[in-house]
Amino acid sequence: MDYFAQQLINGIVLGSIYGLIAIGYTMVYGIVGMINFAHGDIFMIGGFIALISFLILVSIGLTAVPVILLIVLLVSMAITALYGWTVERIAYRPLRHSFRLAPMLSAIGMSFVLSNFSQVAQGARVKPVPPIITGGYTLLDQNGFVVRLSNVQIIVVITTIVLLLIFTWMVSRTRLGRDMRACEQDQTMAALLGVDVDRTISMTFVIGSALAAVAGMMYLLYYGLVDFYMGFVAGIKAFTAAVLGGIGSLPGAMLGGLAIGLIETLWSAYFSVEYKDVAAFSILIIVLIFMPTGLLGRPEVEKV
Amino acid sequence: MTVLEPTSAPRAPGAAFIFKKALISALVALVLFSLMIGIRTEAGPTGQLIYWTRFGDLAALVAAVFAGSIAVELLRWRWGPVGMVRIVPPGVTSALALARRAIAPLLLIFALLVPVIFYDQRYILDLGILVLTYVMLGWGLNVVVGLAGLLDLGYVAFYAVGAYSYALLATNFGLSFWICLPLAGILASLWGVMLGFPVLRLRGDYLAIVTLAFGEIIRLVIINWQSLTGGPNGVSGIPRPTMFGIPLTPGDDGLAAKLGIEFSTTHRIVFLFYIILALALLTNWVTIRLRRLPIGRAWEALREDEVACRALGINITTTKLTAFATGAMFGGFAGAFFATRQGFISPESFTFQESALVLAIVVLGGMGSQLGVALAALTMIGGFELFRGLEQYRMLVFGVAMVLLMIWRPRGLIGHRAPTVFLKHSQEISSDLVKEGHG
Repeated sequence: MDYFAQQLINGIVLGSIYGLIAIGYTMVYGIVGMINFAHGDIFMIGGFIALISFLILVSIGLTAVPVILLIVLLVSMAITALYGWTVERIAYRPLRHSFRLAPMLSAIGMSFVLSNFSQVAQGARVKPVPPIITGGYTLLDQNGFVVRLSNVQIIVVITTIVLLLIFTWMVSRTRLGRDMRACEQDQTMAALLGVDVDRTISMTFVIGSALAAVAGMMYLLYYGLVDFYMGFVAGIKAFTAAVLGGIGSLPGAMLGGLAIGLIETLWSAYFSVEYKDVAAFSILIIVLIFMPTGLLGRPEVEKV
Repeated sequence: MTVLEPTSAPRAPGAAFIFKKALISALVALVLFSLMIGIRTEAGPTGQLIYWTRFGDLAALVAAVFAGSIAVELLRWRWGPVGMVRIVPPGVTSALALARRAIAPLLLIFALLVPVIFYDQRYILDLGILVLTYVMLGWGLNVVVGLAGLLDLGYVAFYAVGAYSYALLATNFGLSFWICLPLAGILASLWGVMLGFPVLRLRGDYLAIVTLAFGEIIRLVIINWQSLTGGPNGVSGIPRPTMFGIPLTPGDDGLAAKLGIEFSTTHRIVFLFYIILALALLTNWVTIRLRRLPIGRAWEALREDEVACRALGINITTTKLTAFATGAMFGGFAGAFFATRQGFISPESFTFQESALVLAIVVLGGMGSQLGVALAALTMIGGFELFRGLEQYRMLVFGVAMVLLMIWRPRGLIGHRAPTVFLKHSQEISSDLVKEGHG
């Protein structure tokens, strides 16, 4: 039971990170209708930028951890968001009205560009960081089994919840959110009614990338390392999460993220670590067989 | 191609406009590269992260973006607005039409003659084998993606199944290449059906992600099932193919000794070259024949509109499954060939990058065009080889090329559709006019 509780905590933390990335996938899919394959690499770039800005802040003598974290968060969100904007501008916008496969291939190309760019720019070796946030609470201690909740885990989950609240508010209450929902339903009609479609799509990429940057930073805090290849696997998992939750649905993305995080953690805890990804992907396939539109997705209406 | 006169010559943008655009691009580049290029981090000797600055590189890159942006603007102005159709003189048009008809036979003759012309150049022969392997993979995937319109991101799984089938059958049971080749194809197509069953109801991007997951599952199982596949160490000592029982070795029973000529390792390379050429041509021939059969027409109908297909009484299940099985079978053949050529296989050869590369070849080739796929494979793999010296930058350049090619020709190199069935004469249409259902 204690072991299970501990794994549950770990799974939820991992799931929060996946969920943050999955939101970016699902938002872009909802509006543009394409799989943004480069999104996982945007997450990786976010991790790198967090690492570098953290390093600079520490070396100029800043010691207050909350201040460092806040600055790192803002810097990585801002720069990574610009990466997302640039990627959309260069690789997707020219292909917006092209046929279905073209933007996807261009996205796969962009994913190669981003991951190899950071390999060239920052080297291929894994970059470790010392634990930035230490300490935690012992929730349960009996018969030698300890259930621990570390401060990093608390920060990851709280940041995720806060961001989700802000984000939900933005989508449901602000002008931008309304524009986004309008574009999702019918781009032509939205444009006729005075919505700047290009700008809205750009903003979608910016917001999605900023959330991915937060996920990247959380990953860095939680695991203490980044490398240029981490975007691919995390990206596929997060996309799996988005599809599992029903692509295009925002709560679905978070739910899917948590599901994938829990499946992965519990599978590694009880069965085998080697096959955790196989388990996650198999669950995806099984869910899609019985619910082809995911857990919370709307059924696609077939028009002839 | 219709010929239209542009209504008015494009106006030259002002110098100030170009300058402003370039300045914005340079600013964006400055922010993007500030931390990633300006600061270089590395794990120091004690495990502590150290960093040093590279502001020179950063400045150079930003300057390059500035200059590049000006150049792009000027080019764009010279080339006119997007979508303008340039006037092509009739003479050139007919010459192009002739060239297009002649290119396929010429390529075939060239491919047949490659080992004769470049007999002494091992590098060219190896490159030719590589290109032909990808041509074959491209043609195989073309059945699934180009003809049936089923987006498959896990094609490399069948390649892996074929390669491991041959490797394991040959090393464990000593079966020869020619017995294993059909077995590898059959096993791969069985896996194709196995993948096909669960995804029958899925469409579009759901299908894409499930096939991707399937490819990853196969790779992960290969890595982790160490007792069977050797895990990350792979399988080594895979036997080379024999020419119908006669090995191409320097020994007394080798081909060279039997023919009474001096032994050379090039014989084997040339032999391999002709095997893959034959396999690729077989793929092409089967595909062309199948397109004329009811099943091939059903595939193409499925690509265009699944709902209409159902309404017309086409059995969607068998149509999709046969497409997956046929495509997978060719992937399996190519995999078996890959294993025998390399003599060593490991899971590293079967990553998502390979699937993406093959898919890029198919899409760049124009989705369904056999000639287009061959040309695309030649361009991609040949281009890839040009950057062999710049090992570090190779994938980066590949990614940039993929993006640029897609922007330049989203419909692929040969963006024309020739109808399989026609009344009086075959009229090719541009793929832009083809509205595809989302199968």
